[in-house]
Amino acid sequence: MAYDKFSKINSPAVPLPYENVDTDQIIPARFLKAVERKGFGDNLFRDWRYENDGSPKADFPLNNDKYSGKILVGGKNFGSGSSREHAAWAIYDYGFRVVVSSFFADIFKGNALNNGLLPVVVSPEFLEKIFVQIEKDPESTFEVDLPNQKFTITATGESTDFEINPYKKHCLQNGLDDIDYLVEMKEQIAEFEAK
Amino acid sequence: MTAKTLFDKIWDAHVVKQVEGGPNVLYIDRHFIHEVTSPVAFLGLKNRGLKVYRPDQTTATPDHNVPTINQHMSIKDELSRNQVDMLKKNCDENGIVYHGLGTEGHGVVHIIGPEMGLTQPGMTIVCGDSHTSTHGAFGAIAFGIGTSEVEMVLASQCIMQPKPKKMRITVNGTLDKGVTAKDIALYIISKISTSGGTGHFIEYAGSAITSLTMEGRMTLCNLSIESGARGGMIAPDETTFNYVKGRQFAPKGEDWDKAMEKWAELKSDEDAVFDTEYTFDAADIEPMITYGTNPGMGIGVSQTIPTSEGLSGTDKTTYQKSLQYMGYNEGDAMKGKPVDFVFLGSCTNGRIEDFREFAAFVKGKKKADNVTAWLVPGSKQVQNQIEAEGLVPILQEAGFELRQPGCSACLAMNDDKIPMGKYSVSTSNRNFEGRQGPGARTLLASPLTAAAAAVSGVIADPREMM
Ligand code: SF4
Repeated sequence: MAYDKFSKINSPAVPLPYENVDTDQIIPARFLKAVERKGFGDNLFRDWRYENDGSPKADFPLNNDKYSGKILVGGKNFGSGSSREHAAWAIYDYGFRVVVSSFFADIFKGNALNNGLLPVVVSPEFLEKIFVQIEKDPESTFEVDLPNQKFTITATGESTDFEINPYKKHCLQNGLDDIDYLVEMKEQIAEFEAK
Repeated sequence: MTAKTLFDKIWDAHVVKQVEGGPNVLYIDRHFIHEVTSPVAFLGLKNRGLKVYRPDQTTATPDHNVPTINQHMSIKDELSRNQVDMLKKNCDENGIVYHGLGTEGHGVVHIIGPEMGLTQPGMTIVCGDSHTSTHGAFGAIAFGIGTSEVEMVLASQCIMQPKPKKMRITVNGTLDKGVTAKDIALYIISKISTSGGTGHFIEYAGSAITSLTMEGRMTLCNLSIESGARGGMIAPDETTFNYVKGRQFAPKGEDWDKAMEKWAELKSDEDAVFDTEYTFDAADIEPMITYGTNPGMGIGVSQTIPTSEGLSGTDKTTYQKSLQYMGYNEGDAMKGKPVDFVFLGSCTNGRIEDFREFAAFVKGKKKADNVTAWLVPGSKQVQNQIEAEGLVPILQEAGFELRQPGCSACLAMNDDKIPMGKYSVSTSNRNFEGRQGPGARTLLASPLTAAAAAVSGVIADPREMM
């Protein structure tokens, strides 16, 4: 899947201070019936965002006008549960490019990276600082610098390094995906099979 | 030579290439696909002008979306029908074997693989579904993948993955009566939490594990993902070989002997080192039940819901939010709590042994009037066997009916949805908010504990009724 090349992002952030946000919450199963990849953003966090009658729940951060931006900040163990890639699609489709947490579930992390969505892991203490900063001033911005692997709270100047696999970093910066890579390896794969 | 774990042995034998500063290119022996996570992958393939590279190593069945009654009729829900039709079409176009509704090979994808002998020791197995970990019960490396990765495997029979860390969980001793593999799994997750296994692949060992049947091992490995691990596995032994032998796609004759030679090597070397180790005692495990909204929130059925004392910050609010969703209070006893629905089925507990246990328990008893029970076999073969073993009249006598195979109320993508606010004791694997339908409240338990709830109408301890 082609996605936008990633380098630096400067943006306010939307807080989601819950732990163990599982992919069933990110996109409930009943919205997985599509055969194409579009429109998932509309149903992102569907059951947390809307009442049963379809009216928005006022206290959910995504419905709160004071929050905006391309960065989603979640509590620890974000993206646990089902392997549905639709979760990463929904977050990306909604307009986020970065998810920050102190801990991500493995499959979600892989899915995000395969779809141009950058998972940034920070320490629990730093995560708390981000939440505090957003509460203090929802319009304050954060800088995500992929080339230098740095996340900065602009208002305070505090920053932290984050890790990313060099190969995945290269893919994100260049908008490449693994399938191109694998298809070019066909001969080597055939040789492996012959062994 | 350095000592290797079982995981290392299989993984290393499947590495086609190590990418500089990146993941391994891992060769995949077997790929299972279903209707929900594959259509976008097939579409991607088509857009690139590619065909499926190894259709013969791919097996398809629709399970997530399908109705569990009247399967001979066309699927009513248009979107579901479209996904199922699309899977069939994609398989036809690419020469992939497709086990459609009502056919002998149909069922939940993780149940039919082992049944047909497609799942074998030493293999690498993937599927666009996190509970692919089930197949690890055979001493295989099996894990769930996302749709982009499904596309990779369709295109190249390979996937790009960093090598995970290794964990060993040893459970020694003998299980008490009424305690099953499901209880071991829920117990482990309650101890190490839903993120305790993250970044790891688990090997289960110890006498309580090796004495499990293949069905029990599959249940345990199935739930590995709920601890955050990529997968779980158990070294193959006589129990494994006896199960595989003679199945449709199992090696035959000389091939069998050759396979047995290879499979005999499939165990962790004595001095192999694991990144993380846990040891538990089987005697500490009682029938488990969950009281919250993740599988780590489980306790023994005779216990009371833990209090939030000692928790702070988001830990505390998350915990309270969870209990609020469930309509429970801190310190409540689980026993005696009302139950509205009971679901027996899913890739966790939809195998023949689960139905045998359930039937044996309810034999001569009666379903409680306030309980609606859905008994959904994991596959057509399981359904056939339930019928052949004469379990149907026993179940009927006790007031239970059998439905047709599929994922059903495990994730409620079909019509089998638990209504808002209702309590469901479920043998499946996830008690997330809304997993079994918007607002549904799920309590995970073993088939025996589910049976005890079904006949009592409330949460009950199966040990007191056996
Ligand atoms: S039974 Fe449940 S967990 Fe298993 S494959 Fe189906 S939906 Fe997934």
